[in-house]
Amino acid sequence: MVCAANGVSFEIPGGKTLGLVGSSGSGKSTVARCITRVEKPDAGEIWMGNIDIARLGSRELRPVRAEVQMIFQDPSTSMNPRMSAAEIIEEPLLIQNRGTRDERLSHAAELMKEVGLSADWLPRRVTEFSGGQLQRIAIARALALGPKFLVLDEALSGLDLSTQSDITDLLRNLQAAHSLTYLLISHDLGLVARLAGLIAIMSAGRIVEKGPTGEIISNPTQPETRVLVAAAERFRTALAQAKGASA
Amino acid sequence: MKAMPQALLQIRDLTCRYLPEKGKPVVALDDLSLSINCGEVVGILGESGSGKSSLAAAVMRLLPTSAECHGSVFFEEQDLLAMYEPGLRRVRGRSISLIPQDPASSLNPVVRVDTQISEVLRAHLRLDRGERKKRVLQLLQEVGFDDPERIASCYPHQLSGGQRQRIVIAQAIACRPALVIADEPTSKLDPPLQAQILTLMSEISRRHGTTLLWITHDPATLAGFADRIAVMHQGRIVEDGSTTMVLRRPVHSYTRKLVGLSHEFALDSSHAVDGVVHAN
Repeated sequence: MVCAANGVSFEIPGGKTLGLVGSSGSGKSTVARCITRVEKPDAGEIWMGNIDIARLGSRELRPVRAEVQMIFQDPSTSMNPRMSAAEIIEEPLLIQNRGTRDERLSHAAELMKEVGLSADWLPRRVTEFSGGQLQRIAIARALALGPKFLVLDEALSGLDLSTQSDITDLLRNLQAAHSLTYLLISHDLGLVARLAGLIAIMSAGRIVEKGPTGEIISNPTQPETRVLVAAAERFRTALAQAKGASA
Repeated sequence: MKAMPQALLQIRDLTCRYLPEKGKPVVALDDLSLSINCGEVVGILGESGSGKSSLAAAVMRLLPTSAECHGSVFFEEQDLLAMYEPGLRRVRGRSISLIPQDPASSLNPVVRVDTQISEVLRAHLRLDRGERKKRVLQLLQEVGFDDPERIASCYPHQLSGGQRQRIVIAQAIACRPALVIADEPTSKLDPPLQAQILTLMSEISRRHGTTLLWITHDPATLAGFADRIAVMHQGRIVEDGSTTMVLRRPVHSYTRKLVGLSHEFALDSSHAVDGVVHAN
């Protein structure tokens, strides 16, 4: 039996971002799946406002599911390639029985524009969009039910840097516009440092260190944190050491 | 036209177009020329759509049949574009190998690790069963496994992502190819693991004189790893120079944009301010 998450505790103030950072296998995705109740935790509490969602049954969870949404790493595996952008974004509204057909379509058009895509592209199939565009559609889908809390599970990994930069800006703007709370899960400390004011470092199922991002990164006390900081600083250190023919 | 003797790989005026059933042809590579010397570690830097994966596929002659190529790709003084399949099959895996982006999809889930590495040896080298077994264990050790016997008998799903990537590397170096082309092999791995894989590849290159063509969208991967960087944009090489020069003093506007982004995303723990870290 493997304990994927062990005694994990953290708090995220409303409207803020917590970065959950750790190497592969540290348990970050397990935490994400428990918080979104894709999995039921074996023990512990998950407080959203004044409701502990860890123990709720599926019927009681229904309204909660509208409040908490997740964006996944690879849009090509989190979206049905045969569906159109409109169908992708409307799906949560259908599941929760919200609005008439026209209302859903009009809401989808607004969301497309909000994530920086043209509403004219709604009829296009998933296969016709680039990776970055698909993540924008995933964000639009996540916002469809007006959630308060978004879990971003490696949502920016593997994207081109310019796409990562644009989507980071988008997420920041959306957070301000809708007072969203984010749990940003990533192995990329550089990315997390740009978006998250708070950070928690995970290793082997436990949180080894947590606090304000600037403090943790500039004064890591745990060896696991030091390893992550050193790896993330590779670019800077490598440039300073100057590999290749001298200038 | 004969190739120059010192270059291991000489790509000259390579143009490749995809010809879809409906619609206009798409130019993936546009009059591209690139020369790579023995033992060099060359980074191909470009974003999605730049043509970098098409370049790897074109060199390996693995583009779809609907693609059309002009120009020449000289490898060890033979023009790969002029060769037929039987000759190419002797080159692929033996003299030029490919490390693809996603190890999970290039490993057969129902076949043991040792068998999968052995397959590459059987296809190209005349070794008997005992020699192959020995070579498989040697390769597993070379790619960093302390317990090669145990790993050899595993199935891919029993290994982590990083371990699977090492298996794919073992397959790629099995026949000691002169050239290894890697297409974004570390972009989804976490940074400490990425660093380990790059260190491993540097050692392999140094030890065996293997030439590496490393394709990535991330300049940070190439710093401290590649000798040279060729920047690709819209099917062309827009800048080509030593890693130091390209990363410290980029000339082309596109390179400046990519390098600038790298700096923005780079972590600099000495500049942490008020909970938000600035790299500049």
